[in-house]
Amino acid sequence: MTPGQGLTEADRQLLNAMQEGFLPVPNPFKEIGARLGLTEDEAIAELRRLKESGAIRRLGAIIDSRKIGYTGTLCAMKVPGERISEAAAVINSFPEVTHNYVREGEFNVWFTVLALSAARIQEILHTIKRETGIRELLNLPARRIFKIRVSFDLEGER
Amino acid sequence: MTETERRLIAELGENFPIEPRPFAVIGARLGLTEDQVIALVKEFMARGIIRRLSVALRHQNVGFTANAMVVWKVPPERLEEVGKMLASFQEVTHCYERETAPQWPYNLYTMVHRPHRGECLAIAARLSEAVGIKEYRVLFSTAELKRSNPQYFTERG
Repeated sequence: MTPGQGLTEADRQLLNAMQEGFLPVPNPFKEIGARLGLTEDEAIAELRRLKESGAIRRLGAIIDSRKIGYTGTLCAMKVPGERISEAAAVINSFPEVTHNYVREGEFNVWFTVLALSAARIQEILHTIKRETGIRELLNLPARRIFKIRVSFDLEGER
Repeated sequence: MTETERRLIAELGENFPIEPRPFAVIGARLGLTEDQVIALVKEFMARGIIRRLSVALRHQNVGFTANAMVVWKVPPERLEEVGKMLASFQEVTHCYERETAPQWPYNLYTMVHRPHRGECLAIAARLSEAVGIKEYRVLFSTAELKRSNPQYFTERG
């Protein structure tokens, strides 16, 4: 599979332009469309379709959660294979848990928590341990961010 | 931050309208004019509260199916230098220093998304070579249990 497989060339161009960002102007989609030779209506229809199809997970303001008072962490848990879905049900029940992945290795369930206080995070982790009975849980908050880039180059780079 | 500002952040992040005059639509929801919304967005961007107006793609749906978290054990005195170097690689989307635990000595984390696992492994090897850190692990994700958008200032906020 190559980057952007299943997308047309026009889709790739539009997604790359959107990843570069749009401006706080009255008609931002008209402006994006103009860069690509699309009308505003065409750009809007394509963006709605790409959101519907799942290629776009989110469209809008990318917020720096720390700047508005949120605090986050990454946690890793050692969950026996046969208990993963049960543990995930407990972990995922908190709206503050934003991502949760199974990864290879002895610590196999990795999730992120975003909340308004460190105390709330502690409370959530405590509840997860209590409800799952699993004690092996690492809390690995970030100390320093060197890079966050959420865009993917869909037009070859390889 | 005022209540209106909080509601605006929530609308801009979660319910951004894909319509011709999106800022006017948001304004109508909050009792603000389009000009007021645009002025606040510019202010939030200047303050760094809004990083960008953009899209987040679902990496699996756009062909980047291999998702590797590469964790590194870096001597503390080299963290700054190694963190900056790894962050400079185009293939690295995220680079964080994190706290460690007695049974988990890795202190630097990088994310690499590629179409194939083999490419992630090759990139990790190249990164290792470049920074001279041999103690690292490539943790591929094998299942996604949850991936939601952050919900700012909603009912629980």
